[in-house]
Amino acid sequence: MDQIITWTDIGPLTDIPRQGARTVEHPAGRIAVFRTIDDQVFALRDACPHKQGPLSEGIVHGQAVTCPLHNWVIDLVSGQATGPDEGCTGTIPARLEDGRVVLGLVPWREGAAHG
Amino acid sequence: MTHISHPSPSGAGRPRLVVIGNGMAGIRAVEDLLDRAPGLYDITVFGAEPRVNYNRIMLSPLLSGEKSFTDIVLNDADWYTANGITLHAGDPVVSIDRLGRKVLAQSGTEVPYDRLLIATGSGPVIIPVPGHDLPGVVTFRDVDDVDKMLAAAGGGGSAVVIGGGLLGLEAAVGLQSQGMDVTVLHLADHVMERQLDASAGHLLAEELERRGVRVITGADTAEIAGDDHVRAVRLKDGTEIPASLVVMAVGIRPNTTLAAEAGIDVERGIVVDDFMTTSDPAVLAVGECVQHRGQCYGLVQPLFEMAKVVGARLAGLETDGYAGSVTSTKLKVTGVDVFSAGDFSGGPGTEDIVFRDAGRGVYKRLVLEDGRVKGAVLYGDTADGAWYFQLLKAGEDVSDRRDTLLFGQAFAAAGGAGTANPTDAVAALPDDAEICGCNGVCKGTITKAIAEHGLTTLEEVKARTKASASCGSCAGLMEGLLAHALGDGYEASEVKALCTCTDHDHDSIRRLIKAKTLKSIPAVMQALEWKTPDGCASCRPALNFYLLAAWPGEYVDHAASRFVNERLHANIQKDGTYSVVPRMWGGLTNPRELRAIADVADKYDIPTLKVTGGQRIDLLGVKKEDLPGVWAALNAAGMVSGHAYGKSLRTVKTCVGSEWCRFGTQASMSIGMSLERMTWGSWTPHKFKMAVSGCPRNCAEATIKDFGVVATDGGFDLYVGGNGGMKVRACDLLCKVTTEDEVHEYVGAFMQLYREEARYLERTAPWIERVGLDFVRSRMVDDAGNRAALHARFLDSQSHSQSDPWAERATPCGQHANDFKTLASVE
Repeated sequence: MDQIITWTDIGPLTDIPRQGARTVEHPAGRIAVFRTIDDQVFALRDACPHKQGPLSEGIVHGQAVTCPLHNWVIDLVSGQATGPDEGCTGTIPARLEDGRVVLGLVPWREGAAHG
Repeated sequence: MTHISHPSPSGAGRPRLVVIGNGMAGIRAVEDLLDRAPGLYDITVFGAEPRVNYNRIMLSPLLSGEKSFTDIVLNDADWYTANGITLHAGDPVVSIDRLGRKVLAQSGTEVPYDRLLIATGSGPVIIPVPGHDLPGVVTFRDVDDVDKMLAAAGGGGSAVVIGGGLLGLEAAVGLQSQGMDVTVLHLADHVMERQLDASAGHLLAEELERRGVRVITGADTAEIAGDDHVRAVRLKDGTEIPASLVVMAVGIRPNTTLAAEAGIDVERGIVVDDFMTTSDPAVLAVGECVQHRGQCYGLVQPLFEMAKVVGARLAGLETDGYAGSVTSTKLKVTGVDVFSAGDFSGGPGTEDIVFRDAGRGVYKRLVLEDGRVKGAVLYGDTADGAWYFQLLKAGEDVSDRRDTLLFGQAFAAAGGAGTANPTDAVAALPDDAEICGCNGVCKGTITKAIAEHGLTTLEEVKARTKASASCGSCAGLMEGLLAHALGDGYEASEVKALCTCTDHDHDSIRRLIKAKTLKSIPAVMQALEWKTPDGCASCRPALNFYLLAAWPGEYVDHAASRFVNERLHANIQKDGTYSVVPRMWGGLTNPRELRAIADVADKYDIPTLKVTGGQRIDLLGVKKEDLPGVWAALNAAGMVSGHAYGKSLRTVKTCVGSEWCRFGTQASMSIGMSLERMTWGSWTPHKFKMAVSGCPRNCAEATIKDFGVVATDGGFDLYVGGNGGMKVRACDLLCKVTTEDEVHEYVGAFMQLYREEARYLERTAPWIERVGLDFVRSRMVDDAGNRAALHARFLDSQSHSQSDPWAERATPCGQHANDFKTLASVE
């Protein structure tokens, strides 16, 4: 698949609360950007695979977030639901560069995020 | 300026090597060269500092007084002489002429070279806040800095160290041992965040505090204040810390100016290849000033590895080159054992193994990837640091012993390696291994007791040996010993752990938070030996509540451990919008409030207004970004948060009572209002609802509330432990009282008892069914003294929690500045 990834600076890491998240508005939908206790960043589509709950409002623990609507636990690395639940939300490549959060954005195609 | 020079013994035939930098990297490279090819070059060294080569790592013992300068000298003047090296100390090189192949020093000295080695090291980063250039602001990089610090410390007083990294903390401890009152300001959330994870950083900060060094994290310096000398440091949040000395230790930056001005490729550092050659083949560089494969290093071990390559290269010998370093760190503060190596930040595909021994103050975490050690953080017991570092560098597959890896090398050497089962691992421990740190009980004592007395349960072992009778952290190990001794005959006891992050249940966690004066979530996780780095969505909110309940006014609420509703002070709805419920005291409202609600609903297009079961109005469908505006409007009309979203006091429902009702015997509306004024803003294990009925007809439905008041002719019947919901439970009659004051006291006492005794997320109904009504009566009906004490504790904690969370967020600034905004918008 030839996708052009644009690495986009979205702001300093310190603007995201540790063990928390902030959102980024994208034409194809809101993105949740998470910061773990160890200052790693991950980005997911801000919608739980269960009932589209805003994952950005969940409690972040280890490399997972618990959805605020029905407590599904979503793996931040893969976007997969963990435990007995099944489902997956789209992941967006995220990395840190000199204390800034950078997202690897691709031209959004409907459905492409549900990988 | 010091010059050591010699007539060239073998004349002008030898190639000339000039070294810029008389520090650890440059001189180590020269030593390596001399080892391999003595006398090959005519060597000249320039140093900016007016002294011989010394061990910069030892600056902190120099500061603390544990060592003197002579102790830390690496090569004295005789060494330079003996090796025929010309040293220009205190005479920095100011320019490199690459075409003419010569360097020019500050004194005007010009020295030609055939090979040039740049080892200019790094300089301290100075944050450009106002006042950074005031006298009394120093850095911590060389002996001159230490001299300045010692001079300042001579007068006692206060010092502020900006930067809680390796260097900053060493400076802080050094100054403290010189008698100064020291505060460390650190921008990140925990100290040494580049070397330590949050748990170890927390333990370290605690230890420093115990030693009298104050640590403020999340501290953003705004200004260094003073007229002709430093007087104080002011933070962006307005805090001012007096200081007669300020040490800037926020980081280092490679010294590259000289190289850059000479046209050598420079990025963050001087760019070198694997053979430490710069973009000019005649020029090599080594140490903290270089950038190799994109990396700059600030630790000694990589410098030495580089120096080795430089030495071989200059000697004309074959070398594989430098392939980069995996680094490990130890903090050089006497009595504090901290070790970290590799990448411990986790990441995709990694797994954590965490070991905590609260009794000994030990925290160990290994990060594995594909069965190999990828990173390690050790606190309190660093004996196995070298072993883990070696496993890490060797990239050895350790999956066969992952469960016992944290027992250490000694255990592995004793035959434990390959033992994948932790029960077997416990069995393999020597008899003198301490199992219970609190009571000092060894394994042998326990196994002997099991055999001699035929013990079969954890409780029996506890009673007999006292092991695990205090903090209970070793219960798991004891179960392992029992299982090993009894084989299939042993059935583990059923303790319902709070969640899978811990073996402790709710009650023991609450008890230990008090008993061990644990005052933060990381402190609880360490002391109670949590099995995950930062808990989960079940235990973190519970711990946050238990800490709030145990230390009112002292514990600072941890937003990231709150469910979204309690973090944003609104109720999340199925579509991600929120509902807003302003408080209506006792269910009463007025035209001004109703107008404000109507206006705000119009202004923000709020789609649904609904009267709730708790006698107030719910505004549903508010967008997150509109919350502050909605709150500001409601605040302006005198309304505050109704806490309809919280595990907290919700509503006090009332009937119209004797104020209006022809049957009413008491003024239920005014009693309800005053009860709500007393109790609003309180956090409880679960939601807490009240009602006041003005007569036994009970129109306020007070007998299915957490606390219900039903007025009678002679006074008030007080009911507790009721709720509607999935499993309806009618209240129990607690007692009868005669005055309104008594009603208030019983309400306060009951809420406090519930708060102190019930488990998180346990409503009053199941709590009372679990502990029994008699328990509640014995604590607050029969015992008037205890009732008064409970009530007093309730009021005390209320004095810390009755502030309107909406008002604090209506104009988002300070810590709430980002709560309601998106981080960015992208196309």
